[in-house]
Amino acid sequence: MKRLLRRNETLVAITLVVLCLVIGLNNPTFFTVGTVFTLLRGSIVTGIFAMGVLIVIISGGIDVSFTAIGVFALYSTVKLMLAYAPDASIWVAFSIAGLIGLGLGLINAFFIAKFKLPTLIVTLGTLSMFHGFLLFAIGNQIIRDVPPALTEFARATVIEIPQARGTANLHPAVFLLVAVAILMWILLRYTMLGRGIYALGGAPEAAERAGFNVTRIQYFIYGFVGLLSGVAGMTFGGLARQANPQDIVGMELNVIAAVVLGGAYLTGGRGTVIGTLLGVILVVIANNSLILIGVPTVWQRVVIGLIILIGTGIPAIQERRAGKITSGLAEA
Amino acid sequence: MTNAFLRLTGISKSFAGVQALRDVDLTIERGRVHCLVGENGSGKSTLIKIIAGVYQRDTGEYVIDGKNLARLQPIDAIREGVQVIYQDFSLFPNLTVAENIALNEEVAEGRRWVNWQQVRNVAADALAQIEVNIPLDVTVGEVSVANKQLIAVAKAMRQNARLIIMDEPTTALTEREIRALFSVLRKLQERDGVAFLFVSHKLDEVLSISEKIIVIRNGKTVSEGERDEYDRARLVYDMTGHSITEKSYDFEPDLSQPPLLKVENLNAEPMLNDINFELRAGEIVGVTGLLGSGRTELALALYGMQPIKSGRITIDQKPVDLRSNRDAIAHGIGYVPEDRLSEGLFLEQSIAKNVVVRTIESLRGSLGLTDPAKISGQVSQWVDALRIKTADPALPVNTLSGGNQQRVVLAKWLASNPKVMILNGPTVGVDVGSKEELHNLMKKLAGEGMGLLVISDDIPELLGTCNRILLMRNGTIVEEINTKETNENKISSKLIED
Repeated sequence: MKRLLRRNETLVAITLVVLCLVIGLNNPTFFTVGTVFTLLRGSIVTGIFAMGVLIVIISGGIDVSFTAIGVFALYSTVKLMLAYAPDASIWVAFSIAGLIGLGLGLINAFFIAKFKLPTLIVTLGTLSMFHGFLLFAIGNQIIRDVPPALTEFARATVIEIPQARGTANLHPAVFLLVAVAILMWILLRYTMLGRGIYALGGAPEAAERAGFNVTRIQYFIYGFVGLLSGVAGMTFGGLARQANPQDIVGMELNVIAAVVLGGAYLTGGRGTVIGTLLGVILVVIANNSLILIGVPTVWQRVVIGLIILIGTGIPAIQERRAGKITSGLAEA
Repeated sequence: MTNAFLRLTGISKSFAGVQALRDVDLTIERGRVHCLVGENGSGKSTLIKIIAGVYQRDTGEYVIDGKNLARLQPIDAIREGVQVIYQDFSLFPNLTVAENIALNEEVAEGRRWVNWQQVRNVAADALAQIEVNIPLDVTVGEVSVANKQLIAVAKAMRQNARLIIMDEPTTALTEREIRALFSVLRKLQERDGVAFLFVSHKLDEVLSISEKIIVIRNGKTVSEGERDEYDRARLVYDMTGHSITEKSYDFEPDLSQPPLLKVENLNAEPMLNDINFELRAGEIVGVTGLLGSGRTELALALYGMQPIKSGRITIDQKPVDLRSNRDAIAHGIGYVPEDRLSEGLFLEQSIAKNVVVRTIESLRGSLGLTDPAKISGQVSQWVDALRIKTADPALPVNTLSGGNQQRVVLAKWLASNPKVMILNGPTVGVDVGSKEELHNLMKKLAGEGMGLLVISDDIPELLGTCNRILLMRNGTIVEEINTKETNENKISSKLIED
């Protein structure tokens, strides 16, 4: 029981329940199927991005370029489809976006694995580079006349429940997030590659000594994150029914915050899929539902900041209590 | 000799023209405990890395288990049963004990999928083989250093180790943990015929645990022989090339003068209880006790880093209130911590910057900006005074040897002219030759009127430098010993009394 309480996931889950209770008791419309479906729909893109960021953070790195990869993949895929195959299916769209994302991710991997550059520096650079290249060379106008496959995708629904006003619809892309999450969980828990990612984040030198091919693992990580970012970007465009080159970029901190809230250590080596999903839902609720209890939009950022400080502060303090008392002896 | 497991003859190795090893011979016998001793920079680590196949030798013969191996990669050494446990243990703090033990094997077998049941079985087997009990499901970050050491041993044994090389195996272990570790290792030695090679420079430890001793100096084997052929003096002589005789510190306090530091009925977190003692100008007082006796806590309390619950501390007859280390510094108390690497130095920064960091305020010129001329003046003064061996004070501190790093810590404090210096483990990780010089420096400082409080578990060190020794147990001072009226054995037996 004590172990369960000390786990970060438990803490996030409790915060989540408390937040839902506070919102729901003040505004009963929160406890409706409609709200749940809307929040789930709102979690898909952040969730897929977060799964990618999770493995980077576990490996001891950080990626801030994933939003640029997402929007790059979305916008170029839509342009390509409009030019060459306007009637192609949504699966084609996702495949192209995924491949573009993979390619851009491998550029990150090249600088990180080959030149051993700090991951933050590399991805800050590529964030700016990918986005700049997109605006300059591919296009800077919003595309509203998207291929019909995307329009259909936006309207798709798997469960329809009649409500007092209108109907509550569950978007099928929720299952995409679920599938990605299950895939990640299996990867991280049951494959040697996944264990290698944890090992790399825990003790990079020891990982090398143990016989892991660190370079190959890094190529996988950043390539895979690129691929997921492409898919997430495509999902975003599909749900929004448009391709805006100024969208998505700017979401980085929200996504990283969700992952860190979910218990991943920025220093690497720790993080779980369940925790990350909880973190994502927490951030999405804070972003979308605080307005229901009268928190003005401008204050939402403050509240999210507070949640991050408290959510990551409490475990840190717990840890210090458990550890040595005389740990901060920098002055001597 | 038929019992040789590994025999190196005429090993030489140079790096970029610098000769690290010259014609080194070494024989490891099956099932015996060997100690490799030498000062820092003598070539110990190079030699180990050659044995492990990490470095390639330039010349010489490497015969293992009767096979003459021309070239050797790390994987070849592992296959022959050579396992090296480095000081960081190569463990993953974020993974469980079970996974840490099984991981190397899984990687070596080229697995793609993890079978958690098998991971647990492998780990349970490995721990059972060395007959220790460590919970399998906690992360390695949560277990003690002693258990990490045992996990590393279990991992090595799992890979059919026939020679286990351990680099400074007892660093950061308590007496009891050391005994427990060696009883495990002795079992492996007797039951499985595993040979051990310890790298150490704790002389007493070397003499108490080893059966064979190999001394190297400046990249050459100086002597190799049975334990019985050595005593402390010979080890020191072989390691340094000259004999070191430490004179004890004779000091008769001038009782007409008031004490420099007086501590009365001190109670402090987490466990200090009714501490009373005095320190006079010119005295060197030792504090010893087992790990957990409160000796480090006492130092921290006097340095304002441990909340004081009650009691009186006076310096030069004035009561002082030590709420933080800033207060302590303001009252002229300096503290050199046990772990100078993480707590006492900015390792990446230059020697010069480290020396002036404490006094930078006083080195300002006009406009309040730092004055380079004043700074370099002070730096060269201390580099000379403490004989810090460096080509250039602009080099980072981590280019220096342990003894010289410790001098930089001292220089930093001395520049601010403290009245009382608290030294916690002043010569931990420092080799014999520099140790002697540091001791002489401490005596010189006391001679100039400073009061020194030296915390150490190195009894010969305390006997050689202090005029009095305070013995601590369970958070309080249980006895005050005059160093002239005691000897090493008496103190050692008092330490483990209950």
